[in-house]
Amino acid sequence: MTEEGKEAVQKLYEIAESIYDQIDSGKIPKMSIPLRTKSNIRFDPKHSVWKYGNASGARSAKKTQGALMLLRTMYVMELIEDMIKEKKSSTLREMYYISEGWEKGKFHSQDESNNLAEDLEVVTGLMREDFKLRPEENGASVIGDLTIEEQDRKGKVKRINCLEDVGDSGYGIPYNVEKDKVKILSTNADFIIAIETGGMFDRLVENGFPEDSNAVLVHLKGQPARSTRRFIKRLNEEVHLPVVVFTDGDPWSFRIFASVAYGAIKTAHISEYLATPTSEFIGITASDIENYDLPTDKLTDRDIKALEAEQKDPRFVDEFWRGEIELMLKLGKKAEQQALAKYGLDYVTDKYLPDKLTEVGVLK
Amino acid sequence: MPSIAESLAKKQKEISVSEFFERNRQILGFDSPTKALIMAVKEAVDNSLDACEEAGYLPDIKVRLEKVDQNEFKMTVEDNGPGIIPNMIPNVFGRLLFGSRFHAIRQSRGQQGIGISATVMYGQITTGKPTRVMSKTEKDKPAAVKEIMLNTKTNSPSIVSEDFVMWDEKEHGTKVELFLTGRYVAGKQSVLEYLRQVAIVNPHTSITFIDPDGKTFIYTRATDKLPPVTKEIRPHPEGVELGTLMNMGRASRTRNLRDFLKTDFSRVSERLAKEICERSGLSETAKTTNLSLEQYKKLLEALQSVKYLPPQTDCISPIGEALIRKGLKNVLDETKPEFYSPPVSRAAKVYSGNPFQVEVGIVYGGNLPADQQVTLLRFANRVPLLYQQGACVLTKAVENVDWRRYGLEQRGGSGIPFGPAIILVHLASTKVPFTSEAKEAVASIPEIQVEIELALRECGRRLKVHLNKKETKARTRTKFEIVQEILPMIAKKSAKIVGRPVPKLSGSITKIMNVVWVDDSVVFEKKRHKSRIIIYNYTPHSTRFNLHAVVPSGFLDSESMDPKPIEIKEDGKVTWELRPIKSTDTLEVKFDLVGLDQELYEENELYASGIDPTLIIGADPLPGDWDVQRLQVTEVAAPEVATVEEEEDEVDYDESKEALSDD
Repeated sequence: MTEEGKEAVQKLYEIAESIYDQIDSGKIPKMSIPLRTKSNIRFDPKHSVWKYGNASGARSAKKTQGALMLLRTMYVMELIEDMIKEKKSSTLREMYYISEGWEKGKFHSQDESNNLAEDLEVVTGLMREDFKLRPEENGASVIGDLTIEEQDRKGKVKRINCLEDVGDSGYGIPYNVEKDKVKILSTNADFIIAIETGGMFDRLVENGFPEDSNAVLVHLKGQPARSTRRFIKRLNEEVHLPVVVFTDGDPWSFRIFASVAYGAIKTAHISEYLATPTSEFIGITASDIENYDLPTDKLTDRDIKALEAEQKDPRFVDEFWRGEIELMLKLGKKAEQQALAKYGLDYVTDKYLPDKLTEVGVLK
Repeated sequence: MPSIAESLAKKQKEISVSEFFERNRQILGFDSPTKALIMAVKEAVDNSLDACEEAGYLPDIKVRLEKVDQNEFKMTVEDNGPGIIPNMIPNVFGRLLFGSRFHAIRQSRGQQGIGISATVMYGQITTGKPTRVMSKTEKDKPAAVKEIMLNTKTNSPSIVSEDFVMWDEKEHGTKVELFLTGRYVAGKQSVLEYLRQVAIVNPHTSITFIDPDGKTFIYTRATDKLPPVTKEIRPHPEGVELGTLMNMGRASRTRNLRDFLKTDFSRVSERLAKEICERSGLSETAKTTNLSLEQYKKLLEALQSVKYLPPQTDCISPIGEALIRKGLKNVLDETKPEFYSPPVSRAAKVYSGNPFQVEVGIVYGGNLPADQQVTLLRFANRVPLLYQQGACVLTKAVENVDWRRYGLEQRGGSGIPFGPAIILVHLASTKVPFTSEAKEAVASIPEIQVEIELALRECGRRLKVHLNKKETKARTRTKFEIVQEILPMIAKKSAKIVGRPVPKLSGSITKIMNVVWVDDSVVFEKKRHKSRIIIYNYTPHSTRFNLHAVVPSGFLDSESMDPKPIEIKEDGKVTWELRPIKSTDTLEVKFDLVGLDQELYEENELYASGIDPTLIIGADPLPGDWDVQRLQVTEVAAPEVATVEEEEDEVDYDESKEALSDD
């Protein structure tokens, strides 16, 4: 067993032992877990990202849901230990299906099993890779003048230029982007632009934006996967590319930016690995809706609730976000990235982005 | 020149009752084609039921509606009643205000003798066709068949044709066929709904209905017991009106005032009669036929100044708690209700000298819609009231009760409540105070409203007891699942991971539960209600307490009781002094009831004493009036499932509502 393997097994053993001892001494078994809520995230000045605070909650067998999660924890720990011993790994989705055989401990949704894996990370301070659990390939794409080296599954090292060596859909980011897997060699680009939607990603590619503006395009595919955020973070740190984020103009997109720049609530325990604090948001903002007179949709009740929740989210307390969230609530409207097509297909690359990039100082 | 008055006088002439009703058919309820069809069925069925019951036959009623053309229907109603002698047929069906019950003081469906002849009249006005009546009174006689029309000018019947035929399939009975304009609909106000409701409150009746599409609906009788024959009583002096008093006095066959009071009224004794005479200043030997208006006024004053016993109540025929439940079950079982709240039959009371009695039943849950107003079934003398719900005192009483206390939703604590329930209200009386001749709504009589509200509250409390029990059980059951299933698995798995023996669970179990759980089940088999009560002591300590049950007296099989109780009272109150139960141990209590109909007993009414009531689930604390009278269920909220206080006030990780909100 590897050193990491031993450490993981040891940490899981300690959790099981604590549960065992509590039952043995006649207590209601429980487990303390840092609360993974927006009211329990604190700014970490050292890394300039948001991390969990000190508040914790109890997962206790007193209530059915807590008891079931404890039972599942036992099953998951047993599974992880077996995988470490047998040098196997499984996807999170596979774990969800494996639980079919766990009787009462069966997961009711994959969210439940994903959350439990994260809980274990938070409690042990290890990463899910240490537990031999991995996400599905998510295939977020990159296009831009960037050269990397990737070791494929068969151990073969491939050098790839993400502009010259890829097709229209770009380089697919693997789920593991750590240095043993992906090496960042060099780049001629000036900045990274992370894009929420596939439609806009394609528009920029078709308009020749990566070449003309020396940009690395990263498709976020909605709320970005860990590997996508980690990849952006590494590019930012290792080859010093500034990062801008370009999304739809709605409350959910604001959260996407927060995940990239500040750290997501779900993964705040590893924000320093995933978040890029110097990222800049370049729209669509609520002000853009007014300034560019964009076609809009009405905010739904869910949208409004999401905006109101953001007003209480410590990550959005600065003046810029307060103003934008308030304005959006006042307008009662949201807009998609592609609404810019109102002014023609080239408008986004000829006018909007140059304006915005100049504004944030990426274009001089 | 004749004066104006003289010429006007020429135009003034008597209007016959029939003519009056012909022009004002809404007074009798025939105001729309839909309603007319329901009214016609109702009048015919009411008559059949009254006739069968009077003769002591279990009613077998067949109703058929056939479509003749777009608007015209043929209605056939057939019963197994005693039949009508041929000479009387024309008057019964062809003359308004002809009846046997108008002068009788006792409960019956029809009273004024208007209904069926009004229906004949309506049919004749709208289709021009006569009504055909076939009636057979004795086994070996032929049946008389007459076709009748009603002469509205003279309020008398005319016979269109008459004959005798053989009617072999029946020993006796009557069949009415008539044509009328109408509209057939489904829904809350429909012929089918009317008959369905008739079946509920007349569980001794079998009803077959064939609708215009030829579809047959059958409600078979749920009991072979006929309602007791109601006795005719004389008027009660309380609330008698001057005109009535004068009419009675003038028509009396008694010799003098004292005898008149004694004989023609109920509840007037020799002594009372003398006192009334004295108070009125009239001679005991005065002739009632000769008294003046002034003297009658004095007599009335005197009559109302003395106290009487309430009227006898054998003149009314309540359905009874057991049969209400049977009737509801018989008709409603398709909706699979979760609970039939034990119905409430109040004691008889009096309004304006008329005896009346109120009965209430509540059906709850199952497939009944939960998001709508409850269904209200109103009945007067076993007749469903489908119209004018808002104007009826039965409705007002329901609206006036705060149903939120009994587990139903109600905005602001008044109005028709919401929830998966049916509320049945039955008013039985020698004289139901309808708001109009159409007999659709009962007038607001305060005495009646108060009685209905009392009955509703009592029935509501029974429902609430059931709901409380269900709720605490559900909550306890989830904990039961934790300690019985989940916790043992956690223990086993953790033991496997750490490689140690499976730990003992009793400490954790008692901390999670910390209650004594009384799990009670009643199973009906081999004509016995078998009760099995299992008591789980999930507290950390040994416990002992007294268990009490209320069972229908006279049905308890004392042989079956294990352990033996220390006391069985005549009114069905049973007390056990239980042996101590160790922590995490159980104790079983068993007893059988014998000879009770299955549907009359569903769950045990259990109480506990000598134990902290917050520690026990499934048995309520013993009410203060346990030893005093028949238990009135006290209205205490169910105790919360007791939980051990957290050592530290920690947030429940899995129930922090603020979810992981990244997307």
